[in-house]
Amino acid sequence: MEKRVRFRSRWLPYLLVFPQIAVTLVFFFWPAAETVRYSMLLQDAFASKIQFVWFDNFTTLFQDPNYLASFKLTAFFSAVVAISGLSISLLFAVFADRVLRGANVYKTLLIWPYAVAPAVAGILWLFMLSPSIGILTYVLRSYGVQWNYYVNGNQALLLICVAAVWKQISYNFLFFLAGLQSIPGSLVEAAAIDGAGPVRRFWTIVFPLLSPTAFFLLVVNIVYAFFDTFAIVDATTQGGPAQATQILVFKIYQDGVQALDLGGSAAQSVVLMVIVIALTVVQFRWVERKVQY
Amino acid sequence: MKKQLIAAMLAAAFVLPAQAVTEIQWWHSMAGKLGDKVGEIADKFNASQKDYKVVPVYKGQYDESLTAAIAAYRAGKPPQIVQVFEVGTATMMAAHGAVMPVYKMMSQAHEPFDPKAYLPAVTSYYSDTHGNLLSMPFNSSTQVLYINKDAFKKAGLDPEKAPQTWPELMQDADKLKAAGIACPFTTGWQSWVQLESFSAWHNVPFSTEQNGFGGLGTRLEFNGPVQVMHIQNLSDMAKKGTFIYAGRKDEPTGKFQAGECGMETTSSGSYANIKANAKFEFGVAPLPYYPSVKGAPQNTIIGGATLWVMTQKDPDVYKGIAKFFTFLSTPAVQLDWHKSTGYVPITLAAYEEAKKEGLYKERPGFDTAILELTNKPPTPNSKGLRLGNFVQIRNVIDEELESVWSGQKTAKAALDEAVKRGNELLEKFQKANK
Repeated sequence: MEKRVRFRSRWLPYLLVFPQIAVTLVFFFWPAAETVRYSMLLQDAFASKIQFVWFDNFTTLFQDPNYLASFKLTAFFSAVVAISGLSISLLFAVFADRVLRGANVYKTLLIWPYAVAPAVAGILWLFMLSPSIGILTYVLRSYGVQWNYYVNGNQALLLICVAAVWKQISYNFLFFLAGLQSIPGSLVEAAAIDGAGPVRRFWTIVFPLLSPTAFFLLVVNIVYAFFDTFAIVDATTQGGPAQATQILVFKIYQDGVQALDLGGSAAQSVVLMVIVIALTVVQFRWVERKVQY
Repeated sequence: MKKQLIAAMLAAAFVLPAQAVTEIQWWHSMAGKLGDKVGEIADKFNASQKDYKVVPVYKGQYDESLTAAIAAYRAGKPPQIVQVFEVGTATMMAAHGAVMPVYKMMSQAHEPFDPKAYLPAVTSYYSDTHGNLLSMPFNSSTQVLYINKDAFKKAGLDPEKAPQTWPELMQDADKLKAAGIACPFTTGWQSWVQLESFSAWHNVPFSTEQNGFGGLGTRLEFNGPVQVMHIQNLSDMAKKGTFIYAGRKDEPTGKFQAGECGMETTSSGSYANIKANAKFEFGVAPLPYYPSVKGAPQNTIIGGATLWVMTQKDPDVYKGIAKFFTFLSTPAVQLDWHKSTGYVPITLAAYEEAKKEGLYKERPGFDTAILELTNKPPTPNSKGLRLGNFVQIRNVIDEELESVWSGQKTAKAALDEAVKRGNELLEKFQKANK
C-alpha cells in the first residue's frame, strides 16, 4: 500500500473518525445535555411529577452556605493537590534523572502507584490511617498525636490530600522524566562550563524547556483534583466530618445518588462543568503564552 | 443438510420443553452472611413450588439499590421486589404509580393476609393513614446497648448490671475511663440512636404532624429541651474523653468488637457480627433513658428495611410475589431469620415460637430488641418517622452533631441549625411532591 498523508476518497476519513465522534456524543455530550435539562426541573425520584422551574435550583444553590463552603474547600484542595503533586514529582524526576546505577529500579517503583485505582488507593490509606486499626495511627499515638479523622476535620482533609497526591505523583513523574531526558545534555553542560550553579541551571535552562510538559500536567492535575478524587473521598471520609472533606464532586454524588435530589445535584454538576471549562480556557489563553515550545 | 436438520431439531428439543417459570427479581442489600441467608430463603421457596422462581440480587448498600431501582423503573424495567430502608419510606410512598401496595396486591391475589399478625411497632411504621400496609416487613432492628463485660470487671463494675439510665451510664463511663479503658462509650448510627429513637423512647416529638405521618407539611422539632439536654451531656462526655465518636454508621462496632470500647449503643442487628468476632464476654441491654423525663421509657423505633413491590406490566407475577410473601411470613422462616441474624421476628407467632423454644433463655439479651419495641403501645411520638428527603436530613444531622463532638458548636446551636437546614429539605420535598 502506498503511504499517503491526504486521503483520496471523500468519505473514508469521516467514516474512520465516526466511531470516536459517536462515543464522544453519546457518552459526553448527551449526558451533559440531560444534566442541563435536569438542572432546570424539580422532580420527585420516580419522575412521576416533573415541574419546570427555570433557574430556581441554581438560586437555591448559591444561597446555600454549605455549597459556598464546599466551593472554597474544593479550590483549596485542588490547589494543594496540583501544586504539591507537580513539585514533588518534579523533584523526584530531577533526582531520578541524575541517578546512574539502578535507575530502572527507582523509576519502576515510582511509577507503580499510578496503576492503583483511586478507590483502592483510598482503601490503602484508610487501612494505614484508620483511627481504630491503622498501623500509622499506632505510630502517631506513640508520638503523642491523637489521630482521629472522624472528629478532626483538618486531619480528614490531610488524609485525602495525601492519598490524592500520592496517586498522581507517578503520573507526573513519568512525564517530567521523559521531558527531562529530551533536553539536550549539551545545553546544560555549556551552562556549567560558563559557571552557572545547579539551581541557576535548573531555573534558567531546564525548567523553561520543560514548560510544555509542565503546562500539560497542570491542566491534567487540575482536572484530576476536581473530578477523579471522588473515589478517594468516597472510600475514606465520605465528605465528613462536618463537611470538612466535602469537595464539589462528592457533594454532587451525595445529593444526587444518596439523597435523590436530582434537580439540585444536576445544577451543581452544571456549575462544576462550567468552572472546569473556564479554568481550562484560562490556562490555554494565558499560561500557554508563557510556554516555550 | 441432514446433519444440520438433526442439529436444529436437537437445539429445539432443548429449548421447547423449558417451562415458562415466571422470574421474580428480588433486589436487596444484605451483604455477607445475611446475603447467604437471603439466598437460602429464596432457594427454599423455589424448591417448594414450580411456577415462580425468586432470584435474589445484591445491589449494593441501601441507598445504592434504591437508586438502581429508581433508574430501572425510569428505564421501564423495574425489578419485582426491592428492599428499601426505612428512611426511603416517604420517597416510596410518594411514588404514585411506581409502587404496588402490599395490601392491595395480597387481596387481589387472594392470599390470606392479616396485618394484625405482625408486630404493631413494625406495621404502624409502614401503613398509610387508613392502616393499610404498604410494604412487607422483612428485616427490622432497633437500638440496644452492648456492654463489654470484661471491661466492666476491670473497672470494678458489676458486669451483670448494665446502666439503665443515662446518668448511670455517664457514671459508669467515668469509672471505665479511670480504669484505663480508652473508649468508655461510643455509638453507632448517631442520628438514628441518639436523636430519632431517643425522642420516641422519651415520648417527645421529632417533627410536627405526628412525626410526618399527618402529611407533607411536617417540620422538624428535635431541638426541644430534652434532646438539647441529651446532646449537651454527650458533648460534655466527649470533652472529658468518656464518649469517643468513631463514625456515622456502623464503624464504631468495629472498635467495640476489637475490645477497645466499654459500651456501645447501636443496632440489634449487629448482634450476629459481635457474637462472631468479639473475644470477650458481652451483654445486651435496653437503651438507657432519663428518669427525669415523664413517660420514659416509651418504645423504640425500628430501623432496617421492608420489601416494596414495583408496579409490573404483567399482573400475573403479583400472584407469585404474594405467594412468596406468605412464605416469608411463616413462623418457621421468620424464626430461622431471627435466630441467624438478630433482626426481630416480624410476626407475633414467630415470637411465641421463639419463646416456647427457650431461645431467650439460651441467649440472654437476645429478646431485648423486641421487648423495647413492644414496651408500651405507640404514641403519636413513637410510631415512627415519615420524612421526605430523609437521607439528606440524616446527613445534615450527622454533620451538625459532628460539629458538636469536635467542639465547634454547642448542642443547642447545632440542633437549631440542623432543624433549619432540615426544614428547607422538607419544604423542597413538599413542593416536588404536591
